[in-house]
Amino acid sequence: MRDHWMRAVALVAAIACPSAAQQQPDAVIVLSDEQRDPRIALPEIRGPIGSANAVDQFNDEVWKALEASGRLDIVPRSFYPRSAPRKPEDIQVDTSKMPKDLGARGLWLGGWADTPVVARYLVYGQIDDVDGRLALQGYVADVSQESVEASYIFGKRYYSEANAAGARGMAFDFARDILKNLGLGEGLAGTRIYYVHRDEGDDRKEIWAMDYDGRNKQRITNYRSLCLTPAISPDGKRIAFTTFVEGVPEIYVHSLETGRRLQFYNQDASLNTTPSFSPDNSAIYFASSASGRSQIYRADPDGGNLRRVSYSRALDVHPSVNPKTGAQIAFVSGASGMPQVYLMDSEGANRRRISGGGGDAVQPAWDPSGERLAFAWTRGYELGNYNIFLVDVASQRYTQLTHSRGRNDHPSFSPSGTHIVFASDRMGSTQIWSMRADGTQLRQLTSRGVNESPVWATR
Amino acid sequence: MRSKHSIILIAAAIFLTLFAFGCKKEAPPPPPPPPPPPPEAPAPTVSITAEPSSIERGKAARLTWSSTNAASAEMNQGIGAVATSGNREVFPTRSTEYTITVKNADGKSASASATVTVRAPPPPPPPPPPKPDLSEAFSDAGIADALFDYDKSDLRPDAQNVLRANGTAIKALLEDYPEAAFLLEGHCDERGTTEYNLALGDRRATAAMEFLVNLGVPASKLSKVSLGEERPVCTDEDESCYQRNRRAHLRLR
Repeated sequence: MRDHWMRAVALVAAIACPSAAQQQPDAVIVLSDEQRDPRIALPEIRGPIGSANAVDQFNDEVWKALEASGRLDIVPRSFYPRSAPRKPEDIQVDTSKMPKDLGARGLWLGGWADTPVVARYLVYGQIDDVDGRLALQGYVADVSQESVEASYIFGKRYYSEANAAGARGMAFDFARDILKNLGLGEGLAGTRIYYVHRDEGDDRKEIWAMDYDGRNKQRITNYRSLCLTPAISPDGKRIAFTTFVEGVPEIYVHSLETGRRLQFYNQDASLNTTPSFSPDNSAIYFASSASGRSQIYRADPDGGNLRRVSYSRALDVHPSVNPKTGAQIAFVSGASGMPQVYLMDSEGANRRRISGGGGDAVQPAWDPSGERLAFAWTRGYELGNYNIFLVDVASQRYTQLTHSRGRNDHPSFSPSGTHIVFASDRMGSTQIWSMRADGTQLRQLTSRGVNESPVWATR
Repeated sequence: MRSKHSIILIAAAIFLTLFAFGCKKEAPPPPPPPPPPPPEAPAPTVSITAEPSSIERGKAARLTWSSTNAASAEMNQGIGAVATSGNREVFPTRSTEYTITVKNADGKSASASATVTVRAPPPPPPPPPPKPDLSEAFSDAGIADALFDYDKSDLRPDAQNVLRANGTAIKALLEDYPEAAFLLEGHCDERGTTEYNLALGDRRATAAMEFLVNLGVPASKLSKVSLGEERPVCTDEDESCYQRNRRAHLRLR
């Protein structure tokens, strides 16, 4: 987390001269070696020749997953020695026997720690064919250590089908364990992004989901209606969204395990929308116009025990429950004119504005630590031209993460807190993009139809 | 006894002799008596009535006739032979005189007539002036959209004028179509966000609905929905299009 704070500081500095920041973001962000991501070496893990395609897929996916985590600096393979250990017993510790040929030092820890690789960590292992399935024995070593025992960080056995999908899943699991065991969070592999999709020329919208990298797109709803504002429960088991399937917008909840609709009682109102789950999955906050204008309400997961939370003479909408404490609600209110981001406690007290006024400031989304909010703001741009901003709730300091003339909105943090997914029309139609939480490493994840309102879920 | 037989025999002989001479002499025979005239048949009589004698077109009248001394009977108007006494229903399409002619055995005839007067049916009640379809009436009612400022849901003077006209129009419609009901849609331009615009569109629909209710439109005839920025009437990126999209739109439910 400290790395991110340093980056945020760097970015605040960068905003002072945004053109330089946009052209050479890395030059601005990297302050010193200390703030650098740990360097890791990831030689190809060998497997049975008969499953060469699946093994290639596995190596490719591990690389991408570790790269996408934004927490590791992967050393390019061209710097590696020609061989690598396959199991801990392969590792040579007698440095006096280390060859002078750099390319022949692959079995020595020093062969990875020294120039030209200069890695801190080495991923190695072996894939075998076990009864037609793939079995990976994977390891991570801290190559700065001198003994095999001291270098050992973790080792684990994985199994998968000997096909591309199986290899991808196994790579995700391995990458996630590598990150976890290095104290770098869980990464992105295995997480899912839910979003609203519309086909070109169609006015219906459905909820879809995809992997962190935009693959495995899958339709979640099929109401042939408008389905909007998806929210995923923190346990990843349920999705709540707004649908017009019965005429007026109301909230539906589905199980993501069975795909079935779950009971959710909508109070009698022309509008029930923008659901948000509490971190313990025990409550849903949402906006309802039962009082005549949209206000924030709280209910049990089935809609029971309804309670009004906000009392204002303005429009209050789009609650977002602090995922760490559950005690704070960020939401959008028109109480001071144009919509702005506000905070209140979960009982509705202590309302205060958190965005700086001016323009539209909307769509608050907490980072997993519950300390920062990403939101969309038109400050400095024309109406409708939102950019993604980050605000530290305690200090109320802002950081602007996107600098696009088009529309960049609906941010949502990855469960790891390292990345943000958002919608942008910077290339024409509105599509889903991801970036690191410092605004770098932009990736476009969708391209067909119109895609918007992404939310990043644990699975 | 003998003498009686003799007399008869003698007389017979004389007679036969005379008879034989007589033939030879062609004496003119006495004229035969004229055949007795056949007994004269009594003259036939017939009478006919129509009941009722005046009908509406399409209804039936019953002809009843009776005759005396009739051997046959025939009715005109294409009916032909009928019993000499009887009745039948007729369905004349215009006033018609039915004549029955009876004949007795001598061919003497007698006729009688009855007239069925056909009245035109009463003109059907004048068809109600064709009532236009409700949706047609609605689209002819001059309903217009009430327009809003960006991020606002209060009713500008022009929006109030539009809603007054809309209110008058739908109150009139409700008199002709008491079953009609209306939906107020609140819409926003695309520059806001999905979430806030759902709330804003709802507020716009509510503001317009409250205004119409204050004008006397029954609240039970109105319902509302926010469509946020999901259903723009145009997609150009300019203020005139944005303005058209920021609207409270009245439609039939």
